Amino acid sequence: MTIITILGFLLIIIGLWGMLTRKHLFRMILGFSIIDTGIHLIIVSLGYIKGRTAPIFDSDLSTFDAVHKIVDPIPSALVLTAIVIGLAVTALMLVYVVQMKRQKGSLDISDYEELKW
Amino acid sequence: MIKRFFSLFFVILLIFVFMPLVKDIKPLSELGVTSQKYAKDGAKELGAANLVTSVVVTYRGLDTLGEVTVLFITTAGIGFLLRKRSTGKNKKRKASEILKSGTSFLLPLIVLFGVYIFTHGHLTPGGGFQGGVVIASAIVLLLLSDINLHTDHNILNWLESLSGGFYIILGLLGLLLAGGFLDNRFLPLGKFGEIFSAGAIPIIYSLIGLKVGAELVGIISKLGREE
Repeated sequence: MTIITILGFLLIIIGLWGMLTRKHLFRMILGFSIIDTGIHLIIVSLGYIKGRTAPIFDSDLSTFDAVHKIVDPIPSALVLTAIVIGLAVTALMLVYVVQMKRQKGSLDISDYEELKW
Repeated sequence: MIKRFFSLFFVILLIFVFMPLVKDIKPLSELGVTSQKYAKDGAKELGAANLVTSVVVTYRGLDTLGEVTVLFITTAGIGFLLRKRSTGKNKKRKASEILKSGTSFLLPLIVLFGVYIFTHGHLTPGGGFQGGVVIASAIVLLLLSDINLHTDHNILNWLESLSGGFYIILGLLGLLLAGGFLDNRFLPLGKFGEIFSAGAIPIIYSLIGLKVGAELVGIISKLGREE
């Protein structure tokens, strides 16, 4: 349990709160982005080992003792890909918002009542 | 009001769901089995100084291919949704002189930096995705200052398709000439830590960088036309 992990969960909760309570479409997307960032923080913090260094070999980090000197490279690789996917999905959502605005001329979620029950 | 209460209730419930999860997480003290194998043999096997790059491009190369596919599908979706030009008038404020001169000075430097990042992805922190995003950020600057430099969509589409196709071809070459799909060892590994090393990793990462850059530039210029 590190401080970064807790921070990540906190960001998820803040983002979800934003998505649930805001009415403006852009702000809901912002909430999604905050959740995304929280998930990335959690994954990175799970692979972190205290006092170790980044998994890049150079004059200070030889390949022989790497096992005891580097942090886990797999979560970093995962997050690396997740960030780009998050960016693309956010862009797609923004384009949906552009289309919704074109159809109805409103950015407020309460003006869209088709799926309401 | 009642809605807000429900959201509060839901969020508090979520906190209670997360609580035991957070408590049970123990800080890692040793690498996992897979990571240990990567750390021990990764540099010797693939010849890349950046271990994250060898995981992304070679060990988990298929995942990266899937991710590039997701990116492609999103771009296709955005192109499909924004195929009609918006009818509203474009009321943009004119860019200031400072922004214009700054852009024309910085633009080539930013693009060069992006290319540097994705060609050195196997040596330093960086790689195709980051380099592509840096190149796309240069185009944002170009759109903000309305310098009339048309981004030709045909060239962008060709660049994207060609780099995607060559990425697959390189993967198949790895299957034919080396150990498996996206194996980088069909080219000589070279001297450890130099730019022409690590077999096909720099080439694959450059192709990914070009593809990501072209896709993001496409997304941004399509969104930039909207108002």
